[in-house]
Amino acid sequence: MSVAFGGLQVIHALDLHVDEHEIVSVIGPNGAGKTTVFNLITGVHRPDSGDILVDGESIVGLAPHAITNRGVARTFQTLRLFLNMSVKENVMAAEYGRTRATILESFLQLPHARREERAIHELAEGKLAFFGQRLVGYRWDQPAFSLSYANRRRLEIARATATQPRILLLDEPAAGMNPVETHEMTELIGKLRDDGGYTILVIEHDMHVVEGISDRVVALDHGFKIAEGSYQQVATNELVVEAYMGLRSAETK
Amino acid sequence: MSTGIPTPSGPPPSISPQIGADEWVARAGERAIGPGGLIGSARRWLERTPQIVLLAGFVLLVALIPVLTSDEYLLRVATDTMLYVLLAVGLNVAVGWAGLLDLGYIAFYGFAAYLFAELSSPHYGLHWPTWATVPIVIVATILLGFLLALPSRRVSGDYLAIVTLFFGQIFVTLTNQGYRWDWFGFGKIHDITGGPTGVTQVDPFRIVGHQLTQVRDYLWVALGGFAVVAVALTFANRSRTGRAWRALRDDALAAEVMSVPVKWMMLLAIAVGAGVAGFAGSINAAYYQGVFPSSFGFPILITVYAMVVLGGAGSLPGVVSGAIVVNVLLEVLRTPDHARWVFYAAVLAGLVAKIRPRRLLAAILAALVAFGLVVNAIVGAVWARGTAGPIYIGGSDFTKHGWVAEVLRHWLVLPKNTYEIPNYQIGNYAFVLLIAVVLALTIVRGWRRYVLLVPAIWGTVFVWENRLIEESPTTRPLFLGVILIVLMATRPEGLFGKPRVEVV
Repeated sequence: MSVAFGGLQVIHALDLHVDEHEIVSVIGPNGAGKTTVFNLITGVHRPDSGDILVDGESIVGLAPHAITNRGVARTFQTLRLFLNMSVKENVMAAEYGRTRATILESFLQLPHARREERAIHELAEGKLAFFGQRLVGYRWDQPAFSLSYANRRRLEIARATATQPRILLLDEPAAGMNPVETHEMTELIGKLRDDGGYTILVIEHDMHVVEGISDRVVALDHGFKIAEGSYQQVATNELVVEAYMGLRSAETK
Repeated sequence: MSTGIPTPSGPPPSISPQIGADEWVARAGERAIGPGGLIGSARRWLERTPQIVLLAGFVLLVALIPVLTSDEYLLRVATDTMLYVLLAVGLNVAVGWAGLLDLGYIAFYGFAAYLFAELSSPHYGLHWPTWATVPIVIVATILLGFLLALPSRRVSGDYLAIVTLFFGQIFVTLTNQGYRWDWFGFGKIHDITGGPTGVTQVDPFRIVGHQLTQVRDYLWVALGGFAVVAVALTFANRSRTGRAWRALRDDALAAEVMSVPVKWMMLLAIAVGAGVAGFAGSINAAYYQGVFPSSFGFPILITVYAMVVLGGAGSLPGVVSGAIVVNVLLEVLRTPDHARWVFYAAVLAGLVAKIRPRRLLAAILAALVAFGLVVNAIVGAVWARGTAGPIYIGGSDFTKHGWVAEVLRHWLVLPKNTYEIPNYQIGNYAFVLLIAVVLALTIVRGWRRYVLLVPAIWGTVFVWENRLIEESPTTRPLFLGVILIVLMATRPEGLFGKPRVEVV
């Protein structure tokens, strides 16, 4: 699998690819264009030039929901849950693209619509069970707005996996979490790849998380890719240090 | 998870502190909603009872109305209310479930009524059978819903409201002007809509050779239709379609990225609502045996919106009760004598609900009585005519009605209706004064507010008795407006709606 594109002003001729079952981290200072990359891939924005390929097929110009149906799912840095829906419904809603029952079939409660509905329930319960005890039991029927911050992040990931993606885009999954939760999230991302079989592209600021999960790290600054390689390679790269610390720090180092 | 969260009213921390605190945090929303008194317990009862039981009970109750009474007026009110229930349920799909501000809704209702009327009246000499016309009208209205939603699908929020409002208004204009339609300017004038006088002599429904001419027949038809619509919509709401609507309402971008085709879901919500309005429109045309542009204007739209908002957008039992409360209330307010009781009950209920503790309430009521008596005595002493007025209602002297009039005579100032000082002038000045007092009420704090409350209430009663009670066309929307304002301030989710959060 490869995802590649280039163009837009905030992103300059970026060439990025993710192999199957790989975890690639995107790092960079604020305003480097990391979230823009996610928006471009998921169709929220359209690149001015360049191409984005999933399994060799271009997804440029498709509506976001169509891109999701091609196997690309994401979470949001700013957490965009369906706050007034229950925890389970949040996950079930994301199965829309994978199910078929039309509104007329639902009106009439035709057998296959009911079967599908049962399958949706089971799948959602399965996706939530992935997070251990965090999102099961009484939590199923609670509105999403009642969840704690860390649980909201978990629910967003559960919701994204419910679209049955090939590649999962996680936008700062550990942002705003305490050290314990951050550690848990690091393990979880590894588990998503190993047990869930997802290919993962992740934006993260926390270098411990990046170190813990990444097969490969890509560093962005001002829309340019300034480094790519293993965590060690990127972390010691002069351009990266300069981007984070400023020119002088890099010189004194 | 449990760090730094105080748990004043949560379970004791000794029982598994981690889980306990978590649970307490998780129940924060529930606690915030609170019990909420009578309405709160009614809502909890509504939530506990299975919807199918509620529906069966409601249908049975309404179906029995014609059996229990043969009063033509009551039956008409019941049938009108059922039509409004249908309309509110249809509007709820777009407004309550999908969160779209669809202000063109009544145009669908009107379109359906006109289409039915033209297919079964002497207007074109068509008298199609009911079993064919009603489905045709419903399908056509659904198609119109798609068509009108198509240009609106790129806009959302306020912009959608403006675009759809335009469609709603253009419908009224078209029906008013449609009696001199000139296709492409070829000079041949067609009468399509009958203009301001509408299409009349519409055939009644004919079901298996049986003409429906009685009011109760239409009550049953509307009720049966409502039962089918309610069941179908409940199923739809529980399906993937309903979830997609709610997802789009909460966060359209997230819904789109989570594989929901948002634009299509918008079209679908508006079209499904239009379909329900289409059914209600067909009944409207046959029931009133005529359609007129004025029946599908802005006031009807506002009324239906008030029903949905007041009942609780998004909750089916909520909008149904909203429709019943609003329509019955508007009907009661039509008769000044009944309106008076609603008014005093509302004032008293407001005081009881809002003034705590009870001692304060008693003090305010006592002050209110004293205030009125004193003002009455002073005005009576310096200006005898000021308290000599009879209590007129729609031409009939209310003094015959006994003690209420006696109480009012000694407590309120009712100027005698003379040529020099017409009642309405005093009422108008008092109205302006009252608005000033109410504004002052919102500014002052503490005990001053309670002191000011006394003349404010007395002034309200004064304006009511001297002016508003005789002006039911003005009073009804005013009353509805006040109720909506009060409700939105105290209970933004409506009577039976679930509180929603926008951003937490």
